[in-house]
Amino acid sequence: MKRDRPPLALIVPAAAASLVAVVPIWYLVDRSLDRGVDEVRDELWRRRTLDLVLNSVGLSAAVTALCVIIGVAAAWLVVRSNLAGRRFLHVAFALPLAVPSYLAAFAWISWRPQVAGFSGAVLVLTLVSYPYVMLPVAAALSRLDPGQEDVARSLGHSRLQVLLRLTLPQLRTSIAAGALLVALYVLSDFGAVAAMRYEAFTWVIYGAYRAGFNPSRAAILASVLVLLALVLVIAESSARGRAAARVGSGSPRVGTPVELGRATPLAYLFSAAVLLPAVVFPMWRIITWVTESVTADVQFSDVRDALWNTVKLAALAAAATIVLAFPVGVLAARSRGALGRVFERSTYVAHALPGIVVAISLVFVGVRLLRPIYLELPLLVLGYVVLFLPLAVGAVRNSVEQAPPRLEEVARSLGNGPMAVLRRITAPLALPGIGAGAAMVFLTTMKELPVTLVLRPTGTETLATRLWRHTSVSDYADAGPYALALVLFAAIPAALLAKATR
Amino acid sequence: MITRTTRLVAIAAAALSVVAAACSDDNDSSSSSPGSITVYSGRSEELVKPLLDQFSAETGITIEFRAGDSGELAAQLITEGDASPADVFFSQDAGALGALQKAGMLSTLPDELLSPVPGAYRSADGEWVGTSGRVRVLVINPDLVANPPTTVDELLDPQWKGRIGFAPSNASWQSFVTGLRVLRGDDGAREWLEGFAANDPVAYEKNGAVRDAVNSGEVAIGLVNHYYLYEKIAADGAANVRAVNQFLAPGDAGGLVNVAGVGVLKSSGNRTAALALVEFLLSETAQRYFAEKTFEYPLVAGVALPDGLPTLDELDPPAIDLSDLDTLAETQELLADVGLLTR
Repeated sequence: MKRDRPPLALIVPAAAASLVAVVPIWYLVDRSLDRGVDEVRDELWRRRTLDLVLNSVGLSAAVTALCVIIGVAAAWLVVRSNLAGRRFLHVAFALPLAVPSYLAAFAWISWRPQVAGFSGAVLVLTLVSYPYVMLPVAAALSRLDPGQEDVARSLGHSRLQVLLRLTLPQLRTSIAAGALLVALYVLSDFGAVAAMRYEAFTWVIYGAYRAGFNPSRAAILASVLVLLALVLVIAESSARGRAAARVGSGSPRVGTPVELGRATPLAYLFSAAVLLPAVVFPMWRIITWVTESVTADVQFSDVRDALWNTVKLAALAAAATIVLAFPVGVLAARSRGALGRVFERSTYVAHALPGIVVAISLVFVGVRLLRPIYLELPLLVLGYVVLFLPLAVGAVRNSVEQAPPRLEEVARSLGNGPMAVLRRITAPLALPGIGAGAAMVFLTTMKELPVTLVLRPTGTETLATRLWRHTSVSDYADAGPYALALVLFAAIPAALLAKATR
Repeated sequence: MITRTTRLVAIAAAALSVVAAACSDDNDSSSSSPGSITVYSGRSEELVKPLLDQFSAETGITIEFRAGDSGELAAQLITEGDASPADVFFSQDAGALGALQKAGMLSTLPDELLSPVPGAYRSADGEWVGTSGRVRVLVINPDLVANPPTTVDELLDPQWKGRIGFAPSNASWQSFVTGLRVLRGDDGAREWLEGFAANDPVAYEKNGAVRDAVNSGEVAIGLVNHYYLYEKIAADGAANVRAVNQFLAPGDAGGLVNVAGVGVLKSSGNRTAALALVEFLLSETAQRYFAEKTFEYPLVAGVALPDGLPTLDELDPPAIDLSDLDTLAETQELLADVGLLTR
């Protein structure tokens, strides 16, 4: 059958996206081998390297597990229960996405220094990351056909049995996708673990730059994260299985909400236990900084300019990322060949790299191949694409997978060429994913610091660089207005994401 | 279906046009055009911008200013190599400058720029020069400390158990430990650190928080740089600050002096302007600015110190070659090993 050969119009841009995503890998290999293979062995074959890798893996595992538990529970509450106020809660649960991990970590550590350490790092990273699981799971839950559950119940299964044996297995794909993003993100994080003084593997990578002034050493160490990412990506695709598209005709009936009954107070308790530390606490801290900063010398026009730059960059990053992510996502959802899988996985690998490594790798490529745009806006946008491609690829793939491939097969059998099918069937099916992916990239770009700092056009200030600028010299008071603007405006795409998954 | 497709195409087209527009709206400002230099700075814009503006006003040389972490900027410069757009690197500490010197990226500065700065605060090969200095001190609360210690070894006395504050992730603290390793060897440094750790020092996020904790009496002694106290006095008024600085005994490892400094890139396309900036940073105007605005030590002889500060000669800091402070990675490993870096 012809349908097994995806059109070149998809393969070529997907290959280009994949090439962009592996730019850091090229750099890492080049720099690592700079000083010979022996150096690589000496650098890696150290007790401390192993210890720190284990620290990071442990942290990543703990945070991912907690995010899955909180994310699934929150998604179920807001989609399937009869909890009053669940629509509001749905949006509220997504808001921690607007809080950068470094800001959340500093909010805690400057309030109670005792929280430092493993538990503090787990706390902060879980609270800012669980929406990565909650949002796709909520979306999947709202699409599930309640008919199946009714049948299972009528066959004598208890509620719990239905949940464990029918509902959860159907959520596997979305849980796995969210968990992968969380796990990779935690491996790459430096801001939160630095503030919490939990010695994760990124410490030695940043140390190699900041204290050792040794980019080669940093490259060798960062390669370990690439290998870990590969393992995780492969593990995820086997845990994911193949998504099952709904095959029934018509649109799915909306399920009857589950009565919580006496469990209602428990549900509110859970919501408060998540939202107080994840949303209310950082907001309270930021507002404190702002009120303390009334005497500080903060110009409104500076905040406004930084906000405008932030929004502009985020919009460009979202647009560019979506354009490159679309072919990869469609191929990943539809092609059964190895190519689609390779393209998709390649976009995830750089996601485990700390921002500074991606930034320096783009410096490497920028001065050699892209000199005219070096330290200009397009190279910065390219940096965001490398960082955030998987967020958009996952969203596009997810939406396309929801629709049965039969739709495209029918269109083909009616005489449409592959391009026409792509344009008239697949692309419209992917629209929700395109929107969700764009919002996610927009949001994450707003918070991004390391790549922005290194690659921005001279003189461009974003909310994140302003935050850095003020916090690196003095106290947080001067940074307060920028932190507030960042969190408030990042909350808008976060809320939209939540609304879209309803 | 057709309308949805059209809409999609429209969205994609709009997105592409935004990208294209944004890509083209940047003017092609070449950093090497006469009268313009690019400065990579590990020192913050807040701190040095007024000074650089004054330089531009006086000389007509415009400055493209790029701020970042000193170490990360050094990595960026090393990765850029000969193609670097930077003319001048203004670093927060000597270590990053030393790394660039080792990578062969800095040019030798003329003697007349180097000679006003004492030999201890510039590169022996003349490739970078210190612009201002900071001294490690003890900040103490006189209500809690009758006889302040004057050496780091006295801090190991059990009477200070749980009463000393420090900022484990602060670069200056780690520089001090690196200096201790240089002076006493790794074993000697480890011995002191183990004694210090056994005294249960209290960890804070930043030096400013250490100073505040001393001032409020939460702890009795803090290990910080000298200027944190003066910042607080400037902000709150002398009458409202209890804490005082205790400088360490001459030669004591605790009184390390580190510098911020500047170097000119070999690849600079505008060496004349770059050297003019170095000259300006060492001028009386700039040196006085550092003393008055940041309470740092001016390094050029003859410039008045901030009020009440002993001179560097009086302090007689430990004799350490600042370019030997580039082994911070090993320092962090040692600190982690004795349990003073992480939790």
